[in-house]
Amino acid sequence: METFNLVILILDATLRTSTPLVLAALAGMFSERSGTINLALEGMMLGGAFAAASVAYYLGNPWFGLLAAIAATILLSLLHGFACITHKGNQVVSGMAINILMSGLTALVGIALFAQGGKTPALDRGSRFQPITFPGAEAMADVPVIGPIYSELLSGHNILVYIAFVAVPFSWWVMYRTRFGLRLRAVGENPGAVDTAGISVVLMRYRAVICSGILVGMSGAYLSIAQGASFLQDMTAGKGYIALAAMVFGKWRPFPTMFACLLFGFLDAVATRLQGVNLPGIGEVPVQAIQALPYILTVILLAGFIGKAVAPKSLGRPYVKER
Amino acid sequence: MSESIHTAHGTGKTGTVPPAIELRGIDKRFGAVHANKSIDLRIEKGTIHGIVGENGAGKSTLMSILYGFYQADAGTIHVDGKLCNIRGSEDAIAVGIGMVHQHFMLVEPFSVLENVILGVEGGAVLRDGVDRARHELKRLEQEYSLNIDPDAIVGDLSVGLQQRVEILKALYRGAEILILDEPTGVLTPQEADHLFRILRTLKEQGKTVVLITHKLREIMAATDTVSVMRQGAMVADRKTVETSPEELSELMVGRKVLLHIEKGPAKPADVVLAVENLCVDNAQGVRRVKNASFLVHAGEIVGIAGVSGNGQSELLEALAGIRVVSEGQVFLNGQDVTPGHGVDAAQLRKRGVAHVPEDRHRMGMVTAFTAKEAAILGYDDDPAYQRNLLLDWEAIRTTTQHLMDEFDVRPADPDLKAANFSGGNQQKLVLAREIMRDPALLLVGQPTRGVDIGAIEFIHKRLVAMRDAGKAVLLVSVELDEIMSLSDRILVMCDGVIVGEVAGGMANERALGLMMAGVAPEQAHAEAGQ
Repeated sequence: METFNLVILILDATLRTSTPLVLAALAGMFSERSGTINLALEGMMLGGAFAAASVAYYLGNPWFGLLAAIAATILLSLLHGFACITHKGNQVVSGMAINILMSGLTALVGIALFAQGGKTPALDRGSRFQPITFPGAEAMADVPVIGPIYSELLSGHNILVYIAFVAVPFSWWVMYRTRFGLRLRAVGENPGAVDTAGISVVLMRYRAVICSGILVGMSGAYLSIAQGASFLQDMTAGKGYIALAAMVFGKWRPFPTMFACLLFGFLDAVATRLQGVNLPGIGEVPVQAIQALPYILTVILLAGFIGKAVAPKSLGRPYVKER
Repeated sequence: MSESIHTAHGTGKTGTVPPAIELRGIDKRFGAVHANKSIDLRIEKGTIHGIVGENGAGKSTLMSILYGFYQADAGTIHVDGKLCNIRGSEDAIAVGIGMVHQHFMLVEPFSVLENVILGVEGGAVLRDGVDRARHELKRLEQEYSLNIDPDAIVGDLSVGLQQRVEILKALYRGAEILILDEPTGVLTPQEADHLFRILRTLKEQGKTVVLITHKLREIMAATDTVSVMRQGAMVADRKTVETSPEELSELMVGRKVLLHIEKGPAKPADVVLAVENLCVDNAQGVRRVKNASFLVHAGEIVGIAGVSGNGQSELLEALAGIRVVSEGQVFLNGQDVTPGHGVDAAQLRKRGVAHVPEDRHRMGMVTAFTAKEAAILGYDDDPAYQRNLLLDWEAIRTTTQHLMDEFDVRPADPDLKAANFSGGNQQKLVLAREIMRDPALLLVGQPTRGVDIGAIEFIHKRLVAMRDAGKAVLLVSVELDEIMSLSDRILVMCDGVIVGEVAGGMANERALGLMMAGVAPEQAHAEAGQ
């Protein structure tokens, strides 16, 4: 029973830590499936988190915070698109530029607005997304096995967690069952085929990066107004890159990508649990080593375990009519 | 109905049916290149019209303008007698023009069905349109005998079938006018024949077909009328029955050319290259060359025929030392030089193996280099080019100038960027670099790909001269004409296996075509003999 509860607790933490990854990885997928590398996820998440925390603080409502985050990340996506799609710039450079820009800009504006060393003021309960308790969760809590799964694991998360996991099948449906998805996948593989079919390549790619912006905005908002209660400088701490890694690990497909995010979230949750624990034969593992574990595993998994990840064929290549 | 049109198309102005396509004064420049010079063209409804010209004559540009891929600087387009403003592919599709591009515009991981409906899905959710498309596709397949599995993944199909998907795509969009840009470049002769049968069916159904090619044989075999382009201008319109390949090639080049190469009998001497049970795998571990064994003697040209992608490229690259050999051995003048086991491309060069790679832009030269830099690639450590620790640019320039004069590279400017030479002159420069080293064995891949007719003639003559000078030449080409006219012996490859050998003089195109498709030699000869 003891172990079972521990497992439930770790899985519960897994859901919470993988939520921003799932949203950001899906964001990356929409952009990259259309042929635009989105290394800017990290910076966009930061921008979204900052916009969400600031607006939620001023207006006292998390929904406005979420909308502000999405608006901010759509703007950043359009900036990325302007550089990469309209002006056919280097997509990696544009992405990194946005990351560096947002790391500095969020801190700068934060200090200017709130004078708290780059942080935003702590949000009260009403300005954050609160856990949603499923009906009957308390009554079920004492039922063995099913009880904890229902009341602890499934119930009691904030709305963005549920949105993230509903976004996975929805993204799959959009990608594989709609006209938009067909054209989006086609434009990432062979933009020439899309152009000769009478569809605008530029417009398709812009629409894809806007989808990307919406999803990564939610991911940023989750960090500052759902999981956390304020914006902290560089609070994404590489989650954008991990999400990108999960997307590659998931071979640019929604469900495998979600499982990759869950795996990374799980490693993170386990790492938190292992802090200060005496392992037999090893002794107390240094905190830093534990914290590095997800990243080390990311490298190992990416290097050896996914086989050949086949990227969309035109990924990273601006569309130029050949001559 | 088609009868009346047929009689009408000859005179052009009689009859009440307006021409399917009429171009007036189409003009297009790309920077300094004047790709289309005030082109007038009239194509009658229900005919197969050929457009011939050398590479770079402006055929593809003209058709891309018609399909809305580029915009003309001046001129008008009339379709079925109506003035059309075609600004993009969607406009072209709307007036019933479909195009099969030289490089297929297909999404490889998609199914045939998905490729066909892309752009005309018939609803925001795919399900509704897909069922309708499936029925429509079935109908088109039956009507034009274009059998294909709608659920097959396009990337898994052969190029012939991929081309069929492209044709279906155009027909599905309701194309009345079908443009095909160099459609047979990647097909076996049999596949090409099948394509021409399909085109004739299309014509019988009242469609208009425009065939762009530089192969005169196809023009003669498949078209009703033909237009010739040279250097961006339309120089002639002919009825196919009233012209000849000789006249057309003269019009294309502007002077008479030799279509057949004058060469005496080969005088094979000692064995230079001996290949025994050679096997080569690609990066994915798939065996691309399977147990190849053959000899090349001094003083002969051995040609390797095959549809591209059947292992010839890998064989050539392995012999040049750029690919690791998995099994088997290679002997050069009796010495073991099996690549990958301590022998690499540089050592092979030192031992007298020269290599003109198939893709000159990817492997033969660096297009961003100047001609003199390109002319020493691979031989840059030659002491003749060194002065103290630096390169001796004077010596390099002199050598390059000599190569350019010897091989008629134009313009003969060693300081010009390689990219600024035409394909033919680039190839001549690469050939000069390799031949002037006086190698014992010359490996040549696609020596005349993307090369104009004048340069082809020159290159062919130089290859024969190499042979007559007592060198061994191994020639890989997908152009059957080239293989047949140059080779003293022809090896045919299919799926990595050398399926047979034919003496050069005895070669029969149909038999070679069948062997390229994997038919055993005896059977191929028997079938071709009928």
